[in-house]
Amino acid sequence: MSELLLNIQNERLSFFTPAGEVKALNDVTIQMKEGDVLGIVGESGSGKSVTAYSIMQLLPHTGRVVGGTIEFNGHKINEMSEKEMQAIRGNEVSIIFQDPMTSLNPVYTIGNQIREVIMLHTKKNRKEANERAIELLTLVGINEPAKRLKQYPHELSGGMRQRVMIAIALACEPKLLIADEPTTALDVTIQAQILELMMELKDKIGMSIIMITHDLGIVANMCQKIAVMYAGKIVEYGTVDDIFYNPQHEYTKGLLRSIPKLNDTEHKKLVPIEGTPVDLLNPPKGCPFAPRCNSCMKICLNKMPEYTEVNEGHISACWLLQKKEFEQGGK
Amino acid sequence: MSKKLVEVQNLKQYFHAGGSLFKPKYVKAVDDVSLFINKGETLGLVGESGCGKTTLGRTILRLYEPTAGKIIYDGVDITKVNMLPYRRKMQIVFQDPYASLDPRMTVGDIVGEAIDIHKLASSKQDRRDRIIKMLEHVGLNSEHANRYPHEFSGGQRQRIGIARALAVNPEFIVCDEPISALDVSIQAQVVNMFEDLQSELNLTYLFIAHDLSVVKHISHRIGVMYLGKLVELAESNELIFHSAHPYTRSLISAIPIADPKTARKSKRIVLEGDVPSPLNPPSGCRFRTRCPYATELCASQEPELREISSGHYAACHHLDKVPNN
Ligand SMILES: Nc1ncnc2c1ncn2[C@@H]1O[C@H](COP(=O)(O)OP(=O)(O)OP(=O)(O)O)[C@@H](O)[C@H]1O
Ligand SMILES: Nc1ncnc2c1ncn2[C@@H]1O[C@H](COP(=O)(O)OP(=O)(O)OP(=O)(O)O)[C@@H](O)[C@H]1O
Ligand code: SF4
Ligand code: SF4
Ligand SMILES: [Mg+2]
Ligand SMILES: [Mg+2]
Repeated sequence: MSELLLNIQNERLSFFTPAGEVKALNDVTIQMKEGDVLGIVGESGSGKSVTAYSIMQLLPHTGRVVGGTIEFNGHKINEMSEKEMQAIRGNEVSIIFQDPMTSLNPVYTIGNQIREVIMLHTKKNRKEANERAIELLTLVGINEPAKRLKQYPHELSGGMRQRVMIAIALACEPKLLIADEPTTALDVTIQAQILELMMELKDKIGMSIIMITHDLGIVANMCQKIAVMYAGKIVEYGTVDDIFYNPQHEYTKGLLRSIPKLNDTEHKKLVPIEGTPVDLLNPPKGCPFAPRCNSCMKICLNKMPEYTEVNEGHISACWLLQKKEFEQGGK
Repeated sequence: MSKKLVEVQNLKQYFHAGGSLFKPKYVKAVDDVSLFINKGETLGLVGESGCGKTTLGRTILRLYEPTAGKIIYDGVDITKVNMLPYRRKMQIVFQDPYASLDPRMTVGDIVGEAIDIHKLASSKQDRRDRIIKMLEHVGLNSEHANRYPHEFSGGQRQRIGIARALAVNPEFIVCDEPISALDVSIQAQVVNMFEDLQSELNLTYLFIAHDLSVVKHISHRIGVMYLGKLVELAESNELIFHSAHPYTRSLISAIPIADPKTARKSKRIVLEGDVPSPLNPPSGCRFRTRCPYATELCASQEPELREISSGHYAACHHLDKVPNN
């Protein structure tokens, strides 16, 4: 157990807003080993980004971890001060955001921004930092890197800006790279380049990746493990094959049924998940998916489902599984 | 048998983009595009950001005046006519359900506004009945009529936008990325609704989207654009499974398939470089700067869109070099 790179245990996180307590994360547990690629998928507002930001302590002051522990690379993250955190952020763990335009500073050159990160975390002087910056831009496939360093973000295309963000994130060869919808703003041919690049770099420098996305295609292509989130909870967790070929939670099943597949030759009507996502200000008492679930039972409305282990490493929080187990005489 | 409802011939839309008085610069957003859409058909339109999809849709509706070319609607050349009688028949649904609805109007009035403009209601009661009928068409109900857009979720707001477009009994709807802003689980609801409405009301769609899987699902035929040009057009399955144009090939192979086993087997064609600036497109074939098969001919001569098999069109000099798939 000691070789876990990331160990989040029963994390609960709330935002304290004028309208009330928004329970954004509800008992989230995630464990990752070195070199793992974990995908987090789920409904908009289900807590994917908040989970990631809490690992880096990048939350607005209204957001607070109210339960559980976060351990990363031997650090107890939720007990650390901002100052201690700064030494880790961008160094041992980095993040890439969805929109490269808002995360790069428009008034500084690319070179300025990359050098700053390098100099903050290493003892390199300006000249050495510059050399490292050129090395990094080359690594992420940007041509004429010396020239690019003198340019401003708006002079680069979206795909190139995202590469620069990746270069910055990789500047200190982090142990963990968190990518929060890193390609949503990009075209598919550029997305393919970026994903390819991330996987190559993973092999080259041996980092772990958390890939947050709404695109099931991306997780199918990149990840080993998948966490499916709904209303602040991981409702199902397993290997890529577990999730795609043996989904157990009703939300996961619904999600897989609702997307059209490019390689289908026949026209099959899509099966949507009816209804709308939950309001986290007033979450239901029982299973958060109950209002939209076709298999909803009485117990689902009153009690939060417990996790059932489907097979080793594949868990799901749905009462149907407990029922199945009970009927099979398991309990 | 099938009848053309919408047709464009050699349509061009150039936007002025600076330069000097004597040497003005233009973005050739749509450059010499010809296509048609049959009555009751969905034509899907895909291509990368900035390739001219929205511009083509808006020019067909004459929301932009075409620089050159012809637009024919139901057999009539409407390139230069007064559009008022056609406005009702030709509608548009936008990408962003948040931005396209007036937050101060009730849902009833948003839908009713179009009915008023085209004076379609004979009485107050008739107006109300029409509004409710439209809301029911899109899976909402009469209770929703008195509420405001912000009280609805993204998927519901998109339904409101569609109800507004439907209120005037259109025949043709340009759907410009109507599901891109929606959550995955909600997209299917809206896609199904477009399909149901089409078969109920015999609607004709131009369906624009980034997501090729969705476009393939909903479209009868698909057109692929690159930098203002239509580079390939075919029946949907033909286009996905037997694409001929090198750009279409790479576009399809770049899409991550939501099936791990297929993903492990498939090889990607990763295109080098970015889409060139439309202000300064490459000479000859516009795809040549990223095309693995480009030759000198591609730099000097623009390939024409030609029919390579029945109903399958592609614009490329070297189709024979592209391996079979
Ligand atoms: N600053 C904040 N104040 C209050 N609530 C917040 C804040 N940030 C996030 N939340 C809430 O926390 C929940 C989880 O948000 P999060 O951003 O993690 O969702 P997500 O899964 O990343 O969604 P998306 O796919 O839309 O990015 C949401 O319900 C959101 O409204
Ligand atoms: N009103 C306008 N004035 C000047 N240029 C324009 C105008 N509208 C579009 N353009 C330019 O025309 C080209 C085509 O734009 P268009 O919006 O049609 O692309 P698109 O294919 O719809 O892209 P996206 O997928 O990003 O929506 C782009 O280069 C764009 O910058
Ligand atoms: S616990 Fe009940 S409501 Fe929740 S997903 Fe399972 S069956 Fe549906
Ligand atoms: S014409 Fe030439 S450059 Fe264009 S797609 Fe065909 S082979 Fe490629
Ligand atoms: Mg998010
Ligand atoms: Mg557009």
